[in-house]
Amino acid sequence: MYGDPTADFESDSKPDGQDAMPHYSREWNFDPYHQAMAFARRRAPDHASADTEWRVWEVFQQAKRGEHHAHVGSIHAPDAEVALVLAKENFARRGACVNLWVTPADAIHATDYEDADVFIHTTDKLYREPAGFQGLRSSRIQGSSRTTEAKGTST
Amino acid sequence: MNDQESSAPIAMASMDDTARADLAIVVLGIADDCMLQGHRDSEWTGLGPILEEDIAFSSMAQDELGHALVWYNLLAGLGETRSPDLLAFTRDAGDWRNAQIVALPRGEYPFSLMRRHLHDLAKAVLYDGLIACGVAEVAVAATKLRQEKKYHLIHNRAYIERLARSETGRGPIQAALDELFPFALGLFEKQDAHDRLAAAGFIPSQALLRERWLDVTCSSLAAAGLRPPAHRAEEAWIPDVDPRVGGRSGRHVPEQVALLEAMQGMFRSDPEATW
Repeated sequence: MYGDPTADFESDSKPDGQDAMPHYSREWNFDPYHQAMAFARRRAPDHASADTEWRVWEVFQQAKRGEHHAHVGSIHAPDAEVALVLAKENFARRGACVNLWVTPADAIHATDYEDADVFIHTTDKLYREPAGFQGLRSSRIQGSSRTTEAKGTST
Repeated sequence: MNDQESSAPIAMASMDDTARADLAIVVLGIADDCMLQGHRDSEWTGLGPILEEDIAFSSMAQDELGHALVWYNLLAGLGETRSPDLLAFTRDAGDWRNAQIVALPRGEYPFSLMRRHLHDLAKAVLYDGLIACGVAEVAVAATKLRQEKKYHLIHNRAYIERLARSETGRGPIQAALDELFPFALGLFEKQDAHDRLAAAGFIPSQALLRERWLDVTCSSLAAAGLRPPAHRAEEAWIPDVDPRVGGRSGRHVPEQVALLEAMQGMFRSDPEATW
């Protein structure tokens, strides 16, 4: 049920030929339960009311002023104010927190795991990373130290 | 009041014996309120209206037990020899000094929510008064606990406002208010020890606390669309019902006996056990 809720839907709903140009347009929900519910709704729109729960909100917590808010989980709530009230006791009652964000889960757009291959580094990208410059730097330092040594011996 | 607010707070150890004994009586009442409020609300653990509120309500119940511990610990400095555990788990109903409201059965969720709200407001008003008044250790404790009341009140208000404006919620939340209001007034029951401390300027008088509580409680509930059983006369709110008193002298609702059996049973089965 939670494995790949969109796979079946995608295969029989997408018009032929649309896959020629890959894109990220698939709808996605953050939590598996609502991924499955979204799928069920599309498969059987008449049964959408089977889900009587409040909407889902994603919760982001800031441990310290100036730091990034980090996603900590999701909750059910009827509106933003109650979502903030519940987020406080559900996520911020132990760890450090100075600020909370909540946002409707369905406002979040995400890439598809099927497209995870776009993140794979197929060639050596070391030369683009800070670490890639380390060899250069150390060789320069060695070079300069050799120069110092040379100066040292010359005096 | 103003004189007290401007003078330096006095340490409990510097108070005379009568004042210390009086303060012990008042603090025991506050501690017992918190303890039983916490226990009653913990009865919602696993039964809350939705998972997230179950967790929030249970967490606030634990807050109350924490508040009770702060006050029980304070009693040690006022001549109390029993540990907080012994105070909480070995006293029979007649030795408890809580107001009756906190021992009422949990009822339906709107009832527990309204009970918590009326009590939270009473404690918020009380702690504000204790912070401004003259006993150093009490003011320190009240400052700490008042901070946690802020969230409790935000939580309660969010739900009460929504229940009050919903078709299905309005009836139950108003009924809870009607039933609980006389018991909430019992939180301000006359207590000789309190009166003597207030006269000496150590703490605010019950009359003043009650007036402040009526003002903040009735005004906010009326603004939410509910009808508190009280009416406005000039600036003040006057209750239309008689307070349910007796708790501060050990007369409690019958349900308190069963509450204590459930709460104390484990501890009493082996009081010497180490946990």
